[in-house]
Amino acid sequence: MDGIHDLGGMGGFGAVEVERDEPVFHERWEARAFALNQLGIRVLKAYNIHEYRHSVERMDPGHYLEASYYERWFTGVATLLIEKGVLGHAALEARAGGRVPLSRPPALVQPSSVSAPEHARFAVGEVVMVRDIHPPGHTRVPRYVRGKRGVIIRVAPRFVFPDVAGHGLRAHREHTYHVEFQAQDLWGEAPGNEAVIVDLWESYLEVAS
Amino acid sequence: MSDRRQRVPPAPVSDRVRAVDEALTEKQLVPEGFLDDTAARAEQELSPRNGAQVVARAWADPAYRARLLADGAAACAELGFHAGDEKYIVVLENTLTLHNVIVCTQCSCTAWSVLGLPPDWYKSPAYRARVVREPRALLREMGLDLPESVAIRVWDTSGETRYMVLPLRPAGTEGWGEEQLAALVTREAMIGVARVRIQKSRGEFPSVTQGGKDE
Repeated sequence: MDGIHDLGGMGGFGAVEVERDEPVFHERWEARAFALNQLGIRVLKAYNIHEYRHSVERMDPGHYLEASYYERWFTGVATLLIEKGVLGHAALEARAGGRVPLSRPPALVQPSSVSAPEHARFAVGEVVMVRDIHPPGHTRVPRYVRGKRGVIIRVAPRFVFPDVAGHGLRAHREHTYHVEFQAQDLWGEAPGNEAVIVDLWESYLEVAS
Repeated sequence: MSDRRQRVPPAPVSDRVRAVDEALTEKQLVPEGFLDDTAARAEQELSPRNGAQVVARAWADPAYRARLLADGAAACAELGFHAGDEKYIVVLENTLTLHNVIVCTQCSCTAWSVLGLPPDWYKSPAYRARVVREPRALLREMGLDLPESVAIRVWDTSGETRYMVLPLRPAGTEGWGEEQLAALVTREAMIGVARVRIQKSRGEFPSVTQGGKDE
């Protein structure tokens, strides 16, 4: 989905503040939220990592930007535990003593509509075009490279295709490619010696015409 | 935002987390000690000190450096840092003419086994939005002023590859041992928003400062 999480290149943001001697967790609930997700994925096996990422992406955009990292993390976990029937929303709110905001429901995704051939079709040095797609569900192709031309600089191993796995469906594996985009091709005005490399699944790419 | 319900403020997030924790525990879905152990492992074992040891070894041992650049995950495992789910680690070598910097624009993916859980600034919308668009200006703001002649490559962690930057070894560290070298290496340098520097004010054996920006 073209969601709020897909922040690359967006304008209007201010300074990046680096905290000195930052602890791993600032508060104990953050450590708990972190561990609850490991429980959901590894112990309960209620969902997979791709579904988790998508559950965070489905947050209300306003809530997403306001929430701290671990509040987003927790919201994704709580949403999935409720969607998978492990917990009930009303009971959770009663226990929390107030509202427990969740992410919005996922789109219905057909694996056949997002699948692609499994073999590596591209080689290092080849010029490719990123397909200009707007899947309604989970995807890992950032908006800022869609429809853009880049060069393959590395062929990575095969990994589970997230657009399918993100919906709890059995997913195939395909190669990902490190595709180098010149900053000028992405943003127009930019120095000639700046580039962005994006790690893209084969299904996101087509031969450049 | 027409839903009136949304104007009611949510329960404090610590209460929301506690509610899930209690509900799962009541249903006997939480193995004894699992949550505490998981958090403790994240705090103790997933540390940028691991990556710092990798960098120091690469600086001290050219053969190791070559193996690290050829197969990051295998070379990290040689030092006992096993990547777990991060099966494919690519190490990015900074040179005098090329600077690498890492981001995850869509969430905050990082090589936990060598960089630790990512810091807040790396997870911030501002960093994720800006570093792909205006890397030179943002790095300058963060204290890393690169000459215009130095090329910049920004690596977006959009797939399953996990990255680590191999920073330039600072001048004046010839003959240093690996432990001494590792103490200089910050997480920020391995993400690519800082240089590695000799901290002059701390004497011959610099203390470890994490999260410090390169000034």
